[in-house]
Amino acid sequence: MRKLLRAGTVAVLATTALITSGCSTDAGSGGGSGPVELTYWAWAPNLEKVVDIWNEKNPDIQVTVNKQDGGDPAVTKLLTAIKAGSGAPDLMQAEYQKIPTLVSADALADISDGAADLENHFAEGVWSSVTLGGDALYAVPQDTGPMMFYYREDILNQFGLSVPTTWEEYADVARKLHAADPTKYLGTFSANDAGWFTGLAQQAGASWWSIDGDAWGVEIEGDATTTVADYWGGLVEEGVIDNKPMYTPEWNSALNDGGQVGWLSAVWAPGVLAGNAADTAGLWKAAPMPQWGSEQATGNWGGSSTGVTTQSEHKEEATEFATWLNTDPEAIEALVKTANIYPADQAGADEALTEPPAFFSNQPDFYEVAAGVADTVSPFTYGPNVNVAFSAYNDEFAKAAEARTRTAFTDAVAAMQDITVADLKKSGFTVK
Amino acid sequence: MTATATAPVDLPRVAEPRPGKSRGDRGKPNWIATVILLLGALYCLLPVFWVLTASTKDGSELFSTFTFAPSSHLWDNIVELTAYRDGVFWRWMLNTALYAGVGALLSTYVSALSGYVLAKFTFPGKSTVFSVLLMGVLVPGVILAIPQYFLFAQFGLTNTYWSVLLPQIISPYGIYLARIYAAASVPTDVIEAARTEGAGEMRIFSTIATSMMLPGLVTIFLFQFVAIWNNFLLPYIMLGDDGLFPITVGLNGLLNQGATVPALYTLVITGALLSVLPLIAMFLLLQRFWRVDLAAGAVKA
Repeated sequence: MRKLLRAGTVAVLATTALITSGCSTDAGSGGGSGPVELTYWAWAPNLEKVVDIWNEKNPDIQVTVNKQDGGDPAVTKLLTAIKAGSGAPDLMQAEYQKIPTLVSADALADISDGAADLENHFAEGVWSSVTLGGDALYAVPQDTGPMMFYYREDILNQFGLSVPTTWEEYADVARKLHAADPTKYLGTFSANDAGWFTGLAQQAGASWWSIDGDAWGVEIEGDATTTVADYWGGLVEEGVIDNKPMYTPEWNSALNDGGQVGWLSAVWAPGVLAGNAADTAGLWKAAPMPQWGSEQATGNWGGSSTGVTTQSEHKEEATEFATWLNTDPEAIEALVKTANIYPADQAGADEALTEPPAFFSNQPDFYEVAAGVADTVSPFTYGPNVNVAFSAYNDEFAKAAEARTRTAFTDAVAAMQDITVADLKKSGFTVK
Repeated sequence: MTATATAPVDLPRVAEPRPGKSRGDRGKPNWIATVILLLGALYCLLPVFWVLTASTKDGSELFSTFTFAPSSHLWDNIVELTAYRDGVFWRWMLNTALYAGVGALLSTYVSALSGYVLAKFTFPGKSTVFSVLLMGVLVPGVILAIPQYFLFAQFGLTNTYWSVLLPQIISPYGIYLARIYAAASVPTDVIEAARTEGAGEMRIFSTIATSMMLPGLVTIFLFQFVAIWNNFLLPYIMLGDDGLFPITVGLNGLLNQGATVPALYTLVITGALLSVLPLIAMFLLLQRFWRVDLAAGAVKA
């Protein structure tokens, strides 16, 4: 019994400690006197080290990075906090495809007053995705993910195969490779990565949403997307391309043992390859994507921006920080070196990216290839219910990849279209 | 493995004596039961063994070498995990210990007090309170997480230690158990004798009743401790600051780095291994109470 009493005392002490620590954090965000404290939800690795540079230079505006789960979970959490009326951070890492969703939920503030003269830093397509084509500015672009084709040079050489430059050649190489060694595939069709498929459709010329006055248009089931789905359905049906999702332990192990000879990925791929298949360093090479037509084009996979939330009490300071983080040469250099991102700021990218990533030391012109590819990103408009379209992709294409038939792939595109349109209508948007 | 091999040989012997079943239990070991239990143990321990071997591998071995072949990188992994973002992992461990330790203690106290009152006092509305409580046992805590988030948001308490601690202090199941234990282990005569001697109600509870209920309270404490230690959804929803994360949410974050960054599998696996060690230690230490209590419950109920 005495023991229990003693335990009770410990509990009371701990509780008091909690109260005091709770108070001190509250006092910080109140901001009557002392420095302005900003919280920043982000998931880019080592971002806090870049933020440290800012904190050292700006004792009046201190930024704390709260690391979040990547992508969707952080956005869901932010939307919940916005709905609840409190609990949102001041700054938020937002992927480009989530910006319309966040704007229509009134989660991102218009920061065009504080950051108006940034337009010439960024490519047109990137800029339009943070302005949504209007006068407002909802976020400062941070990084982009122009898609590239990665391949194992040693294995292609071993079988005497050349690097495909068109999709026709890609299919051809895939067939020959799989025939020569049935354990090897030139790639996989991943039903888990909607962003990846969106990039492929974007390359073919698709733009899934459009704005027409106050009405939204949805054109997932258009010629471009259907062509892409039909192409991949054909390869999967033939069995020359794998149908397993990416980012699984199985896929990782195939990257290690040469089971996956190619990867249609984006400019940030070196980081992933170095993490998942460190022993294959120096064996991979990057090339522009295989092409549909004579004009060079590519899609975008990944990339994000820094937005200021509507709940922030210090929007001006937050905007100042977001601008510095993504356009200041020192910040960009730190982003490239410690956070391993491909900066959206074009001049900054040219300046900071002089040497290839360590994993691609065999390809000195890696960033020249990347810069060439980044210029050819096709325009694409995202809508307010990207999450619905993406989860429809996961559901429908999981079935299609399992079925391994060409028609299942085109049916999946049709289903995505129906689900996305139905959801827009249900949420009260006007659909054209 | 040896047990499985000998099992078929001994099978017929077990099958024949039907009437002497209870005698058989006391005498020779029952091979069928042993085999079933061994299979069960294997089923439970195999994943643990996997975590143990996987945590000794480095990043590329994890996906390339044989699943159960151990390697020699356990210490490297622990060092790497400790270095990750200036040792945030150990902060998560401390947070979890705080949530689970303080939360389970407070919860046990509240349960003991409410259970004792429900068992030993008569007051209007008592049966209603108890029925509501029973209904509470049936509602999984997960369902309440979102409403709790909105409630806490109104008071500006989300993203604080309180938001994870407070909801876990009230445990309907704990109160229910405490009521059963109080009814079974605290005789009304003793309470009346103490009253006649002039002891106050609070004193009777804290000096006499709790010591009589102690084995039951250890059970409640352990239940609640494990429940909070393993809780994921509540802190996941409530917290945004990763300095407040418990281990479950923190490790999950290492897996969800976004598409552009590799998942930190080796760190997660090593972290998972380290995070179960305190639970195992806890069970070994409190096992004695736990066993006494299960036996006691079996006789009384």
